[in-house]
Amino acid sequence: MARVVIFGSLRAFTGGVGEVEIEAKNTRVLLQKLSEQFEGLRETIAAGVSLAIDGEVFKEAWFTPIDEDSEVVVMPLMVGG
Amino acid sequence: MSKQDFKILGTRPIRPDGLDKVTGKAMFGADKSVTGMLHARILRSPHAHAEIVSIDTSKAKALPGVKAVITGADFDELKNRWTGYTSQNCMAQDRALYDGHAVAAVAAISKSIAAAALKLIEVEYNLLPHVTDVDEAMKPGAPVLHVGVKARKLGDEVSGNTVGYYSFGHGDLETGFAEADEVIERSFKTAATHQGYIEPHACLADLGSDGRGELWCSTQGHYNVRLICAEILDIEESQLRVTASEIGGGFGGKTTVFIEPVALMLSRKSGKPVKAVMTRDEVFRASGPTMSSSMDIKIGMSKDGRITAAQAKLRYQGGAFPYQMVMMGAMSAFAAYDLDHVQSEGWDVMTNRPKMISYRAPGAPMAVYAVEAVVDELCQKLELDPIDTRLKNAAREGTKSSYGPTFKAIGLVEALEAAKAHPHYSAPLAENTGRGVSCGFWFNFGGQVSVSMAINADGTVNLIEGNPDIGGSRASISMMAAEALGIPLDRIRTIVGDTASVGFSDVTDGSRVTFAVGIATINAANAAIKEMCKRAAMIWEIDEDAVEWVDGAAQPTGHNAGEFPPMSLAEIAAVSGKTGGPIAGHHEGAPDKAGVSFGVHLVDVEVDPETGFTAVKRYTAFQDVGKAIHPAYVEGQIQGGAVQGIGWALNEEYIYGEDGRLQNPGFLDYRIPVASDLPMIDPVIIEVPNPGHPFGVRGCGETAIVPPLAAVSNGVSRAIGKRMFELPMSPPKILKAIG
Amino acid sequence: MSKIHVSTYVNGDAVEFLCEPGETLLDVLRDRLNLTGAKEGCGTGDCGACSVMLDGRLVASCLVLGAEVEGSAVETVEGIATDDALHPVQKKLLEHAALQCGICTPGIVVAAKALLEKNADPSEEEVRYWLAGNLCRCTGYDKIIRAVLDAAAEMRGVSA
Repeated sequence: MARVVIFGSLRAFTGGVGEVEIEAKNTRVLLQKLSEQFEGLRETIAAGVSLAIDGEVFKEAWFTPIDEDSEVVVMPLMVGG
Repeated sequence: MSKQDFKILGTRPIRPDGLDKVTGKAMFGADKSVTGMLHARILRSPHAHAEIVSIDTSKAKALPGVKAVITGADFDELKNRWTGYTSQNCMAQDRALYDGHAVAAVAAISKSIAAAALKLIEVEYNLLPHVTDVDEAMKPGAPVLHVGVKARKLGDEVSGNTVGYYSFGHGDLETGFAEADEVIERSFKTAATHQGYIEPHACLADLGSDGRGELWCSTQGHYNVRLICAEILDIEESQLRVTASEIGGGFGGKTTVFIEPVALMLSRKSGKPVKAVMTRDEVFRASGPTMSSSMDIKIGMSKDGRITAAQAKLRYQGGAFPYQMVMMGAMSAFAAYDLDHVQSEGWDVMTNRPKMISYRAPGAPMAVYAVEAVVDELCQKLELDPIDTRLKNAAREGTKSSYGPTFKAIGLVEALEAAKAHPHYSAPLAENTGRGVSCGFWFNFGGQVSVSMAINADGTVNLIEGNPDIGGSRASISMMAAEALGIPLDRIRTIVGDTASVGFSDVTDGSRVTFAVGIATINAANAAIKEMCKRAAMIWEIDEDAVEWVDGAAQPTGHNAGEFPPMSLAEIAAVSGKTGGPIAGHHEGAPDKAGVSFGVHLVDVEVDPETGFTAVKRYTAFQDVGKAIHPAYVEGQIQGGAVQGIGWALNEEYIYGEDGRLQNPGFLDYRIPVASDLPMIDPVIIEVPNPGHPFGVRGCGETAIVPPLAAVSNGVSRAIGKRMFELPMSPPKILKAIG
Repeated sequence: MSKIHVSTYVNGDAVEFLCEPGETLLDVLRDRLNLTGAKEGCGTGDCGACSVMLDGRLVASCLVLGAEVEGSAVETVEGIATDDALHPVQKKLLEHAALQCGICTPGIVVAAKALLEKNADPSEEEVRYWLAGNLCRCTGYDKIIRAVLDAAAEMRGVSA
C-alpha cells in the first residue's frame, strides 16, 4: 500500500485527513481511488494535480508505476515562467 | 550518478543563431511583413473598472483605408472557463476590468490610418468602484471582479476576489515556537513588476474564410498559442499553423496570448493578413505583469541558530481574472530549510489590474524574500553568521521539504559552502556598505516534448524541436545531439519547427527546455543510432545485437562478432538510400524528474545616507545547475536572473493612482537596471548531477531571480542599521527608514 | 495624406523613399526599406534597440523623423559587417555569449561601435555609461561589457 500525503489546503476536502494508504499500481489508479474515496477532491483532481512519488515530481503521468512502499504527495498542478 | 566524461558538453561554442543576431538578420515578431498586409491597433480602456454601455464604431468603419473594426461582440462565449478568461483578457466583453483592457480593435491599410480610426471609436462607459491593492481587495465589501469564483471553503472573512487558497507544511507550529529562544514576526510588501522583455508582443495573422490560418508570433509556446487561438476563433487546430518568430525575451510573459486572437479576428473579418504590434505603453498596461504581495512571516530560532518553527501567510494579487499562482510561493517559501514545524498559506486575489502572467520562478521571489529577510534579522539579533545559520538548517538529500516531497540529491549545501569559502564573503566592507545573503529555490519542470532528427546522406544531421529558443537552447540542444551521436557539433543544425512540422511541445517555461528537449534529443539520437547499427549489421551480415555505437561509429561488439573496421555515421548515411532508405530518429514524451535547483547569492550594497540611493558594489551568485551544457549561457542565465532581481529589489514597481490608472507605463518611469547601475555579476556554477537526466541536467533559468530580492534587502538593512520590509527599496523609502 | 520624398544614403547606398510627415526614421527603415535590424522596444527613446548612426552621430531612430534625413548618411546594423567579416564588436559579442534573446543586440552593436570610434580604450565605467541607454533584460550586461572591452583591446592590437 502506498502512503498518500494530501497537501494542507486539500485536506478541507478530505474531512481533515492528511494521509491515506492506497493500493495502486500507477498514478492513474491512485487518482481514481482518491476521487472515489474523497468526493470533494474530484474537482481538483480533474482540473489537474502534480504528484511527488518518492521525491520525484510528476505532472499528470497516468502510468507512472507506484511501489508498494512509495510515498506519494498530492500537490497542485505547477506552472513556471 | 558519477560525473561523466564529455567531449562537447561543458564547452563554449558560438551559438548557431548568433550570426543572424549580431548582423540584424534575425526575424523577430515585428520583423515579418507580407504583401497586402493591414496594420492593427487596439483601443484600450482608460478606466480601472467600468461597464461598457455602448461602443459606436461607425465613424471608424467609415474612415477610408479602414478594413475591419471589432469589439467584444465579435468574440463568442467559450465553454472552457480558463480559455474564456484569456479571451476576455484579449478583448473585454461587457466590462473593462483594468486600465489598458482592450475594448475594440481596427485594421487599416497603414499605421497612421489605424491610429486615426481608434480616435473615432466612441465608447460610453459607466464607471464602477475599483480596487488595486491586495489587502483592500480581500476585505469583505471590496468591489468584486467576478462573482461566483471565490475559492471553495473560504468564509465571509475574505471577499469574493479571493480565488485561491493553499496551505502546506507539517509538524506543529505551537510546539516549534515554544522551543525557540527568539521569535520574529514581520509583515512585508512587494510591488508588481513586469517581465520587461525588450521586444513588445507582435504577430502577423492570416485567417481565411475556409478556416485555414497562418500565425507568426513572438511566443514562448506556439502550440499553446494554437490551442488557445483555435478555441477562441472556433477553428480546428490542424488548420492553424503557428510559427514562432525569434523571441525578444519573455521570462514567462509570453506564455499566453494577448493580441494574437485579435489579429486573427481582424484578419477573418477583413480577409487580409493583419500585423499587430503592441506599443511599450500597451505592454505595461495590458500584458504581464507579476503579482504584488502582502506577507506575514513568523520564524522561531534557538540561540545556536536552529530554526524551530516557521510560518508564512502570503497574499498575492494577480489582476482582473481568476488565477492560480500563490501556491508556488507557498511551496517555495521554506524550501531551502529542513524544518520540523512549518506552515505556509497563500491567498490568490483579483484586483483591477492587468491579469498576471508568469514571471521567472513565478510566485517564489517575493515569498523567499520575506522569509530570508526574517532569517537574516534573526541572525543579526542572535549574532550568528548568516551562512553558518543557513547551513545548520539547510535542506539536503532526504529532507522532507516544507511542501511535501522528500528531496533527492540537491546542491544547496554545496552552494552555501562555496559561498562561505569565496573571497567575496570574507572581503572587508567599506563605510555605509552592507553584505546581504539569501538562498533561493525553484522546482524546474519536465513536460511534453517532441523532437525529430534526420540523418542526411552527407553525414550531417537536422534536428527539429518544438520549443522556442529564448536564451540559446538551440546551442545546448545541438551540443547534446552531437554528444549523443558522437559527431562534431558543426554537423548538426537545430531548428524550432512550426506547429505543422513536429509534434506537440509544452511552452518554453519552468526552466524545462534544456532538460526536457535534451532528453527527447538523446532519445531521438539513440533511435537513429539503433537504426544505423542495424544498417551496419546488414552490411556486415552479422546480428544487429552484435553491433555497438562508439565515438560516432558502428563497430562489432567484440572479436566474436566479426572483424570489421568501424563504419562512421557519415559512411552509414552515405549508403542509406541503398540499405533501406533515409535514417531518422524521433522522440515524443513527457519527461519528469526535472530536479529542483538551489542558489545562494552574496551582495555588497552601499547606501548613500544623504540621498537613500543604493549602489550594488559586488555580486556573486552560486547555483547548482546539475550539469552545465554550455557554461557561458548558464552563467548568462544566472547573471540575468540576478539583475532582474536587483531591479525588483531597488527600482521596479507598478505605481497606481487613486483613479486606478497605471502611472508609469514606460521605461523612463518603470526603470529596469541599466549597464551603469551594476557591477560585474560573478556566477559560480555548482554541478550536483540530477539523477533524472542522462547528462545530469537541471533547469537553471529561473532559480537565479529568487535570491536577489532578499540578498539586496538584507544588504541594505545591514548597511543602514534598520530593517527594510518593502520592495522596491527606492531612495525615499530608505531615507524614511534611516529617519 | 500627401507623402514627402526623401533622398538619403543608407549604409553607403543612395536610396529614395516616400514617407508620411509623422513617420519616424525607424518606421522608414523597417517598413519602407526592409531593414528590420533596428528594433522598436519603446518608441520613446528609452531602450536603445533602434540605435543607428545619423551623420556620424548615435541616435535613437524612433526619435528622428524620416523626413529629417534628407541628404544625410544613415548607418544601421546591417551595414556593419563587411566583406564577410564581422566587426570586432560583433565577433566578441558572439565569443563572449553576450546575447541571449538578441533583440537588444543590434542596438548594442551600433552603440558600442560608435563608442570605440570615439574612445579606443574605454574603461569599464565608460562602457557602462555609454551603453546605459541600451536596455538588455536577459544578460545583466556583464558579458556585454566584457565583450566590448575585449573588442576594444583587439582593435587596439593588444590582447585583453
